[in-house]
Amino acid sequence: MADIKKVLERFRERGDVIPALQAIQREFGFLSEENMEALSKKIKVPLSHISGVATFYSMFKPSPIGKYHISVCRGTACHVHNSEQMLKFIEKKLNIKADEVSKDGKFSLECVNCIGACAKAPAMMINDKVHGNLDEKKIDKIINSLV
Amino acid sequence: MMALTDISDMKKGYEELTGDRVTVGLATCGISAGADKTLEKLRATELGIFLDTVGCAGMCYAEPIVTVKQGKVFSIYGHVTEDKADVLIQAIKQKKVCNELLLGHSLEEIDYYKKQKRILMANCGKVNPQSMNQYIANGGYNGLVKALKMKPEQAIEEVSISGLRGRGGAGFPTAKKWSLIAAKQGRKILVCNGDEGDPGAFMNRVVMESDPFKLIEGMTIASYAIGSKEGIIYTRAEYPLAVKTLELAMETARKHKLLGKDIMGVKGFDFDIRMKMGAGAFVCGEETALIGSIMGNRGNPMFRPPYPAEKGIDGNPTNINNVSTLSFIPVIFSMGGSEYAKIGTEKTKGTAVLCLAGKIKRAGVIEVPMGIKLREIIFDIGGGVGEGTKFKAVQAGGPAGGCISEKELDTPLEFETITALGAIMGSGGLVVLNDEACMVDVAKYFMSFTKGESCGKCTPCREGTTRLFEILDKITRGLGTKEELEKAKVLAQFIRENSLCGLGQGAPNPFISTVNKFPDEYLAHIDRRECPSHACKNLVKYFILKSCVGCGACAKQCPVNAISGKLKELHVIDQDKCIRCGACFDACAFDAIERK
Repeated sequence: MADIKKVLERFRERGDVIPALQAIQREFGFLSEENMEALSKKIKVPLSHISGVATFYSMFKPSPIGKYHISVCRGTACHVHNSEQMLKFIEKKLNIKADEVSKDGKFSLECVNCIGACAKAPAMMINDKVHGNLDEKKIDKIINSLV
Repeated sequence: MMALTDISDMKKGYEELTGDRVTVGLATCGISAGADKTLEKLRATELGIFLDTVGCAGMCYAEPIVTVKQGKVFSIYGHVTEDKADVLIQAIKQKKVCNELLLGHSLEEIDYYKKQKRILMANCGKVNPQSMNQYIANGGYNGLVKALKMKPEQAIEEVSISGLRGRGGAGFPTAKKWSLIAAKQGRKILVCNGDEGDPGAFMNRVVMESDPFKLIEGMTIASYAIGSKEGIIYTRAEYPLAVKTLELAMETARKHKLLGKDIMGVKGFDFDIRMKMGAGAFVCGEETALIGSIMGNRGNPMFRPPYPAEKGIDGNPTNINNVSTLSFIPVIFSMGGSEYAKIGTEKTKGTAVLCLAGKIKRAGVIEVPMGIKLREIIFDIGGGVGEGTKFKAVQAGGPAGGCISEKELDTPLEFETITALGAIMGSGGLVVLNDEACMVDVAKYFMSFTKGESCGKCTPCREGTTRLFEILDKITRGLGTKEELEKAKVLAQFIRENSLCGLGQGAPNPFISTVNKFPDEYLAHIDRRECPSHACKNLVKYFILKSCVGCGACAKQCPVNAISGKLKELHVIDQDKCIRCGACFDACAFDAIERK
């Protein structure tokens, strides 16, 4: 487990709030109350402000995400290419709804507003990798390969 | 000033670009199509030719793209997935053209490119994004050399002559923006807005992944013109490859004395760039919200004036330009502002970098001269809509944009002409819709988007988008009334006129443009509780026809067991149980299910 002090070492001021929260999220997978308090003390910014920032931006998670975090794109091109159906298929297959984590902690799911892979609609990201031109068969294959 | 030949090994770059070479397009779309696996296969083979990785040529519909130059023959290959790599490898070894995968021997031969004019995107898909040698050998940093021979005021004048207007959406004259901040004293900050949040827009990502030095050079020229020593590239966290590519490119630029202190040996010309990432908030594309985000705050837009040029980051004069706008700068200085101004129309000079997506045959990133007809973009370049369907509308400009119908397609592409159609040029995303799209559903979709992304600060947007969404949602469920539709029109105008920032002001546009251009669809939903495109699930009813052969495939798929019938006998759907999911319709191989 990473050491929060080391993670926060290079952050100094208010302008560092978002990069610091991103670093915490990268290392620990989510933003815990304790880690946000540690950040507050380190850069001398009130916890209420940090909490306000953490809850504003959709990438910040208040609780752990899965080992494989699936972001289904709900951009216009993906919407027009049946992304809603893809989402329902994934929800059924993993037995979780959007914004939930599977019981074994392996998968989590969310909808995001446009990952910029519109020419490959419908698309999703699993962690940092983009998967495009999806259909139910392809999604099935991709998820099965991760299990 | 140092010479470009001292800064880089131009000769090596030139040899790499013009000699025998195999390239694999490795931007995000390429990787998602399997280009990384194709590259692995090529690497594992003794090809005997220089193997290089490049960015995206804009032909996203044909990824993975591989080009091969052997002797005098240059070939562009498409759809080169891992399983097709072997046949290509055989052809390369035999010094033959692989006709099975061939798209053309030059970009100009390919239909997709015939009406394009690639000046900003000239390097995309051609150079290795991390190679300074190739960038400079292909004309890179010529722009900066020319700019440094001018005084800063003359550099701004050159941009003015070009007629460049901002490509982030507002189309504000770039030279005017620069002169406002150039006149200020003290610490000035140059920001590149790479927070490309518009659904349907991904051209900034492509440029950042495929030609990062162009953006860096553009920012360097801008910093010289406006007198800023510090630059920030603010980009989305959803673009990890773009972030990585830019960070590596900046490191390379520093090593070549093209960022940092005394750039190109010019004493006192200091400029460096740092990256800042967004964290998933569409509103941070708005410049005052972006400034707030950089300062470590919630992305709430601020009242203007004061404008960022007056008071921006930490109270300092700040100039914010879009990725495309800044990437045009080296092009303008290289070719000359007056040459650039020869392209395009009277009021809108130059080229537009656009994204084609949705129900279109050839989706990707294109660059066209301003003034080209929309019809040419969609049908000649994009290849039109899919087989068996008809073009219905193209949504232009993202969530603040509007829909353009078929009879308006002969409109030339310019800022003002697009606005006159009830849409906006915006960031240049074009999402094509065919007759399977319900325009009420499209309006509702956009409303749901802006409602979710509203920062919540001002009441007209926060409450207005929610209420407008509710009305549209009711209409798509067959619960709308004519009175509510009229209320929605009044509400839309109110939100437009009273919201604090562009997000709110533009939010009602998709609704306004669809209700004006497709009023019959709204009336069908309200008066007859019908969705003519069969897209609104609550309004579609499914019936099994007499042609049913009783195979039972539909019953197997039905998630609520609403279909009954014996094997080889006519099946029937219980309309009370039916949840209108359409699974039976998709499962039937005999066209025996009708939807009304």
